[in-house]
Amino acid sequence: MTALATYAHVRDLAVNLTLRELKGKYKRSVLGWSWSLLNPLATALIFTMVFKVFFQAQTPPGQPSGLSNFPLWLLCGLLPWNYLANSLNGATESLVANGNLIKKVYFPRQVLVLANVASWMVPLLIEVGVLAALLLAFGNFVLPWLPMVLVLILLQSGFVVGIGLVLGAANVYFRDVKHLIGILLQAFFYATPIVYPLSLVPERVELLGLDVAVRSLYQLNPMVPMVEAYRDVLYDLRFPPVGDLAYVAAWGAGCLAVGLLVFSRLEPRLAEEL
Amino acid sequence: MTSAVSVEGVSKRFRLYHERNQSLKASLVRGRRARYEELWALRDVTLEVREGTTLGLIGRNGSGKSTLLKAMARILRPDEGKITVAGRLSALLELGAGFHPELSGRENIFLNGSILGLGRRELKRKFDDIVAFAGVEPFLDTPVKDYSSGMYVRLGFSVAINVDPAVLLVDEVLAVGDESFQRKCKEKFADLQAEGRTVVIVSHDLDAVRDLCHDAALLEGGRLARTGAVGEVVDHYLGRVHLDRVDEGGLGARWGTGEGRVERVEVLDATGDVATVVRTGEPVVFRLHFHASEPMARPVFSLGVYSVEGIHVSEPTTRDAGLVPDKVEGRGHVDLRVDRLLLVPGTYDLSASLTDHTGAHPYDVRHRAFRFEVVPGTPFERQGVVSLGGRWEGEALES
Repeated sequence: MTALATYAHVRDLAVNLTLRELKGKYKRSVLGWSWSLLNPLATALIFTMVFKVFFQAQTPPGQPSGLSNFPLWLLCGLLPWNYLANSLNGATESLVANGNLIKKVYFPRQVLVLANVASWMVPLLIEVGVLAALLLAFGNFVLPWLPMVLVLILLQSGFVVGIGLVLGAANVYFRDVKHLIGILLQAFFYATPIVYPLSLVPERVELLGLDVAVRSLYQLNPMVPMVEAYRDVLYDLRFPPVGDLAYVAAWGAGCLAVGLLVFSRLEPRLAEEL
Repeated sequence: MTSAVSVEGVSKRFRLYHERNQSLKASLVRGRRARYEELWALRDVTLEVREGTTLGLIGRNGSGKSTLLKAMARILRPDEGKITVAGRLSALLELGAGFHPELSGRENIFLNGSILGLGRRELKRKFDDIVAFAGVEPFLDTPVKDYSSGMYVRLGFSVAINVDPAVLLVDEVLAVGDESFQRKCKEKFADLQAEGRTVVIVSHDLDAVRDLCHDAALLEGGRLARTGAVGEVVDHYLGRVHLDRVDEGGLGARWGTGEGRVERVEVLDATGDVATVVRTGEPVVFRLHFHASEPMARPVFSLGVYSVEGIHVSEPTTRDAGLVPDKVEGRGHVDLRVDRLLLVPGTYDLSASLTDHTGAHPYDVRHRAFRFEVVPGTPFERQGVVSLGGRWEGEALES
């Protein structure tokens, strides 16, 4: 009975805190929620100018879809990336920003990180909806693949929440985390095939006289198969390799488990460290 | 009787950082994290709050009472010992914590309610009560950042009190809002007590503690010094506070040109001993010790009496009494003799000043720098600041 009551309480609390984040996000801006769509569209436009027009990048053709459209190809990777970057930035700050609440009221503190991630998942869903409409307009029949997109979002969320829990709690103890994460995310962005296709990454490279298997190392990054899977499903219209999905799922579950464990170790002293 | 809150051997240690810059660089440079000193905010505290009673936690600043309350509220985790609370708990530590300024009153009620542990269905059922109690109906759809501070606090209080807790923890928050809201709070509070809720209060307002609580626990330096019936514990505390005097704090401001200085003010009780606690209705002497390093021409001595809330109760001066010496020099004292002290029980501050005859030139003014306590005597009165020393008469009172 108490476990059930606690579950219901945590769920209500998560929903309410998510609503608070969502409602607060675009309050007092004229365009409001349109910003959530304008941002990725503007980014896609900029990257298209730079990479497609200036660098004359090849647009990877969709297989088997046959679609060939650089901005759409870009958005298929950019949207999940934005979800990750926004969530991790937000999660890092979520506990410090709610310090006053933590010091005055008891509730499971994990909910703050959860609500922050959820508040970025909602715009992601809207963006994916708009992207799906665009893809449809360009002849990609994505509708049967959308349930698979939801599965990918879920797997990615485990990954994001797990890391977010560690970052949020760590930022209470060391405020440097917030700054560090900005740099790391930038490196992470270019270590993920978002603005270039995976095929551009060389198999091996001669480095300081050593033969390094760059591609294999590169593919350890769980966001590589993650972004590839989004593209498989939305752009190419094919089922992602099962091995990749298993790898991504293992990372998601592992990060979530480690995140919850680390958080529960750091949680007791949060109120006094804030 | 069963206990609603049981505190067993609880200790809580805080880290006091010497240089707290919370940066990775600093900690790398020092090898480990910033250096800190440990401070035991609570030390082996064991205490029970009986179900359906109200307990007051008293003690001076830094004695650990708020820490204990936060540990009961599960905000702080004790380093040793265990706290068990039976039933739902609500803590009024800060009203409106978690309000989002950009959201409306309505949205914030749901948000705050769920933070405090109310389910959505429960909240819907209580929504009208909450709104009515706070008196914010016309502003329900206004963002709370546009609320007056009074409305904000009222709404916060109203949500918190409607959580329907079995155990309510309160930290100095009953004194919110205007007078009519305070009356409502007190009524609500009395209702909760009558319904058999258990309440724990932290307060510096000893009169409020006496009025509201059944029991009290006195904390000193993180340890439980005394616990028992409220009257006995509060009396014990008052005796204790004034043994080691308030001078140390040097509460008030001090200004003046310094030709003559007020060294101290002593309170002498009926037996002529220096005291810090005196009784209503008894004779008292206030002795002002001065030292004039240079001759002061036509000086004026005065003593101000203030209630602890800051009401200026009285300000007898030597000039008003027609006593103006031509010149005063060296060390000495003047006495203000009061035959029958007509202050009601409570805490009072004394100001002492030395000025020239015009009052325009202060030699030394010490504002609210000395403190004394008045305990009940005859006439026994509880409210207001002074007694008029009157007597009730009438046939109706004689049966």
